[in-house]
Amino acid sequence: MSDIFGLAALSGVIRRDVRLAMRRKTDALTPVIFFVIVVSLFPLGIGPERDTLRQIAPGILWVAALLASMLSLNRLFEQDYADGTLEQLVLSPAPLGMLVIGKVGAHWLLSGAPLVLLAPLLALQFDLPASSLSVLAISLAIGTPVLSLIGAIGASLTLGLRGGGVLVALLVLPLYVPVLIFGAGSVDAVAAGLDAVSHLSLLAAVLVLAGFFAPLATTVALRIALE
Amino acid sequence: MINWFKYASPRAFFPLAGRMIPWFGAGAVLLAIAGLYVGFFVAPTDAQQGEGYRIIFVHVPASWMSMFIYLVMAFWAAVGLAFNSRLSAMMASALAPTGAMFTFLSLWTGALWGKPMWGTWWVWDARLTSELILLFLYMGFMALQSAIDEPRRADKAGAVLALVGVVNIPIIYFSVQWWNTLHQGASVSLTRAPSMATLMLAGMLLMALASWMYTVAVALMRVRCIVLERERHASWLEEVSEVKR
Repeated sequence: MSDIFGLAALSGVIRRDVRLAMRRKTDALTPVIFFVIVVSLFPLGIGPERDTLRQIAPGILWVAALLASMLSLNRLFEQDYADGTLEQLVLSPAPLGMLVIGKVGAHWLLSGAPLVLLAPLLALQFDLPASSLSVLAISLAIGTPVLSLIGAIGASLTLGLRGGGVLVALLVLPLYVPVLIFGAGSVDAVAAGLDAVSHLSLLAAVLVLAGFFAPLATTVALRIALE
Repeated sequence: MINWFKYASPRAFFPLAGRMIPWFGAGAVLLAIAGLYVGFFVAPTDAQQGEGYRIIFVHVPASWMSMFIYLVMAFWAAVGLAFNSRLSAMMASALAPTGAMFTFLSLWTGALWGKPMWGTWWVWDARLTSELILLFLYMGFMALQSAIDEPRRADKAGAVLALVGVVNIPIIYFSVQWWNTLHQGASVSLTRAPSMATLMLAGMLLMALASWMYTVAVALMRVRCIVLERERHASWLEEVSEVKR
């Protein structure tokens, strides 16, 4: 067999999931629109004072990104589980871990990457200075893959359960906390005139750890769900 | 040669647990009486904090237990996942409610202590926040297990979640060293002399032992209930004197 590391299977899964999402564009866009709406609600609730908004912008953008990423988790495995595709993936000769990484990668491309591109634009509404904008985009670019990776654990554990959507929030949100702290902290640090490198390094460390352990935990959870 | 796996079967464990519960229960009561007596009547008043410090006799043991129980729970969950032993998984789910109770108690007593000492019920300090996350992890574990109807899948899914959440424990434990936060550093450590009066330490250790014995007794009681519930169709239950009709 030529595909020992499952790289062909990996890219196949990514291409399949992205193509499926493109066939139903509204479904794919919902988390992104949710992100935009949630972020725009805060100035309406808090009041349009620019100093306050500038101060809370990193936290708001990050929390909204967390929620948007979580909202789309049910798309990760649920449909494949319902129509039997997931069973075939588990039975396929390619390593399941690589297939999981492929699914997580596709989830990030569809729900994380658009947020990375959109967030600086929305941050302008909150009057964030230009120096913070790039750090915000970088922190989201490092942090949102972690959200997809951790979310995959929650999604696979709650596969096919009643009340799965709320349960996923209960399982996944506590685990998102380090990402939120370091992500929003990096933007805050720049705003306070400090260096953001320490926060971004910690965030990258979390990404490396999650990138190694989350696919393992997800494969175990998937096998349990399909038993 | 000891047969380690003898008590891994619910049938052998059920009567053993029944015999152990009174001992641990009585031990917990006696140690708690001794600990509370030392803590509230014998230990000296603190020079800086006055009488208000006495809440540590509940707060510190509760915080220790909240982390310790999670580790024990994750250990049993891992054993259950690795050896596919039913009783280990039952043990893990029996420990979770007690762990959540101690986590809540630790946060609550901490808030009661924080109001006179720090002037606030709550601060978003690293240790407090990570302890709060621990409470959420316990809740997630229990919610996940109760959402799955099939017991074996509930055991395994809960085990994966418990093992994923275990990263939080070192974060709580070392938070006061890693971050410079409002919560004071540890007063008790294994490597150096404790920075507190011997009587205070004695009261705290007595209370910690009492909490540990209480946990064992309650967890065993709960595990017996789980065994009864899951094995209700098993024929060996007919021979158990407590169940006999």
